Amino acid sequence: MSISLPPSTKNNIEKLQPTGWLRYFSFSLDHKVIGIQYLVCGFIFYLIGGLLAGAIRIELTSPISDFMPREVYNQVLTLHGTIMIFLWIVPVVNGAFGNYLIPFYVGARDMAFPRLNAVAFWLIPPAGLLLISSYFINGAAQSGWTAYPPLSITTPAAGQIIWIISVLLLGGSSIFGGINFIATILKLRRPGLKLMQLPMYCWAMLGTSILVVLSTPVLAGTLILLSFDIVAHTGFFNPSLGGNVIVYQHLFWFYSHPAVYIMVLPAFGLVSEILPVHSRKPLFGYTTMVYSIMAIVALGLVVWAHHMFTSGTPPWMRLFFTIATAFIAVPTGIKFFNWVATLWGGRISLNSAILFSCGFIVNFVLGGITGVALAQVPFDVHVHDTYFVVAHFHYIVYGGSVFVIFSSIYHWYPKFTGKMLNEKIGKLHFAITFIGFNLCFAPQHWLGLNGMPRRVAEYDPQFAFVNQLSSIGALLMALSTLPFLWNVLYSIFKGEESGDNPWKALTPEWLTTSPPPVENWIGEAPLVTEPYGYGEKQARKASSKPNSDQ
Amino acid sequence: MPPKTGVYAILISLALIIACIWASNNLSLLPADASSNAPIYDELFNVLFVIGTILFVGMTGLVIYSLIQFRRKPGEEGDGLAIKDNLPLEILWTAVPAVVILFVGLYSYDIYERMGGMQTLNHDVHNQHSMSSEERLWGGIGTLKEDNAEIKEFPINVELTAMQFAFLFNYPKGEIISGELHVPVGQPVSMKMESKDVIHAFWVPEFRLKQDVIPGQPTILNFTPTKTGRYPIICAELCGPYHGGMRSTVVVEEPEEYDAWFQKNSKSTEVEL
Repeated sequence: MSISLPPSTKNNIEKLQPTGWLRYFSFSLDHKVIGIQYLVCGFIFYLIGGLLAGAIRIELTSPISDFMPREVYNQVLTLHGTIMIFLWIVPVVNGAFGNYLIPFYVGARDMAFPRLNAVAFWLIPPAGLLLISSYFINGAAQSGWTAYPPLSITTPAAGQIIWIISVLLLGGSSIFGGINFIATILKLRRPGLKLMQLPMYCWAMLGTSILVVLSTPVLAGTLILLSFDIVAHTGFFNPSLGGNVIVYQHLFWFYSHPAVYIMVLPAFGLVSEILPVHSRKPLFGYTTMVYSIMAIVALGLVVWAHHMFTSGTPPWMRLFFTIATAFIAVPTGIKFFNWVATLWGGRISLNSAILFSCGFIVNFVLGGITGVALAQVPFDVHVHDTYFVVAHFHYIVYGGSVFVIFSSIYHWYPKFTGKMLNEKIGKLHFAITFIGFNLCFAPQHWLGLNGMPRRVAEYDPQFAFVNQLSSIGALLMALSTLPFLWNVLYSIFKGEESGDNPWKALTPEWLTTSPPPVENWIGEAPLVTEPYGYGEKQARKASSKPNSDQ
Repeated sequence: MPPKTGVYAILISLALIIACIWASNNLSLLPADASSNAPIYDELFNVLFVIGTILFVGMTGLVIYSLIQFRRKPGEEGDGLAIKDNLPLEILWTAVPAVVILFVGLYSYDIYERMGGMQTLNHDVHNQHSMSSEERLWGGIGTLKEDNAEIKEFPINVELTAMQFAFLFNYPKGEIISGELHVPVGQPVSMKMESKDVIHAFWVPEFRLKQDVIPGQPTILNFTPTKTGRYPIICAELCGPYHGGMRSTVVVEEPEEYDAWFQKNSKSTEVEL
């Protein structure tokens, strides 16, 4: 197995690829450039999705529908969900960090299929623009990101069809990426590097890519059938033509539940990289961490019908999916206990990266607990499709994945740019984000329990005050992006030089220059068999004297 | 861990457990309970709330404690302890959550059975002939187990038709079509639901019940209201622009009032209750 491009091609690559800032706008084959392209592109869509979220929260500050027409409100919530999932979190936790880090971690000079990699990225901007343009053409899709028929068949067709095409393109991008990651991790490893020596993010990406490759085609097939129902008036899901709407829900959630793991498993991997570096301790329980990722992958494929407990499912099916869903908490719990054990007894630098990672742990634990509760059928029949669920999944995808994205940006920014981010502004960013996020979403649990359904533009006036609290939280979240943006943009030009390895990290991406050269290493790739080998000398010394921590 | 820390840990945990049991019983996190399965639901909610709060506060506490206790003090150099693994600990934190999950699962199964979730769904039991045996009935929650034997024969049959953006309640016996659901307190109600256009959902927060109303596939919901009053019926499945305004009211009244309402609105000449 060849491990890297032969050195002779290096010159060719440099000739073919533009250099400087221009390469970020080119069809670059460099995995690091593609990673940054994913990250920046994803962040732009995050800002757009955030504006839409702001519009939703403004509408909900009053119990009546007064800020925008009801049709537009449904378009806004559909676009918000679709953009945040398919254009921000999935491409960033997988595409951005996966592309940047995986070749380093396996000791390769690039991904297995560099051209496929570039194609996968360049599908995203047109798909995203297409999706947003649908709003200006004839109104965007109005049936939520779930696009349940028959609503998606009866609402204006143009927006829905554009939505389908755009999600198909993004799904294709995701599948290309998944194939590429599996091939790179399994086949492009440096000789001498064993699977069980890989950094944890590789395992997370391997698990995630398996989910992507197995489940995304099902979504694609489902959406193609749905588009036939809309355009050609077939009757797959149209009850007036003998179709079955529940079948759509099964097929949709067969992808869309694993999609949650596609958004959080890479985040789990990233946290596993960040915590050991800043607490100067080995990652605790490496082997159990690996097995728990694979357990989450396996269980994640057989829990989809817990989204359908009120749809009309037979009792045996409800029971099976309750048990399978609740048991995902066990491998997930193992990971959280291992992270806390990684912190325990460390020498923790309290910087922005670790604060966001710890914020993730706290938020995700709450989201996980409400998740176990929601898995219980009798509990779910009350709160299903309410703001309780909205709160739950924002604790998972925002409190979880987005916090990890910020943590990762603080951690790897010196690697990307060779500059440090300002720590004071970083901590301010964390404080506003954490407070704003919890103020926005914690009260929504109460709203759901007490009778506020989701996806409504108007609601019972008794919920006005709590909704206003939530909107203030959303405002803080919006404001929190300002110090972050300033920090990131200012530091590119005027940030403190970071040197090659400011965190004294041992994972392979830090064992080269920052930013790294085109093919990652000047010479041969280093063989890193202990990516978490922190603290060993210290422990031998420390063992001789009494230790107060034990 | 020195013994002193252990004692503190146990004391803090105990205080936490007592505090959240108190909180779950005294804070109103849920609306009024107005159906026979609402108190059962609240029992489950309280158990989950106590377990969940202990886990959440415990984990958060551990994270905050670690960040403070093990933070790098100014001038400190060097690494933390090189502890990579601990098999007994790994087994412990695999086994304990597994046991908790198993307990929660079995307990919620019990709750579900008491709500009647495992019952075969029946509708219109003394009019069996009117339903073709071919007809598929989906989902919902069955009648209450303990009530089953005695009152099963006299459930009030209602047919719900949902459409953009209204609920229509049809009482086949009195040929009544109403925009509000009237039910007598203490009597089981069996509702057969079908949608005319898109998917809707019938939700009464005070009953702790929700069931999607699906086009092309009837669904069943059985419940027994226990407290008189007017409660909101809310559509809980995105059904179009006016989804948020798709609401109605369920009026739970004393049997006499219900009879009076029924007689007044009934169109059929021979009414038997």
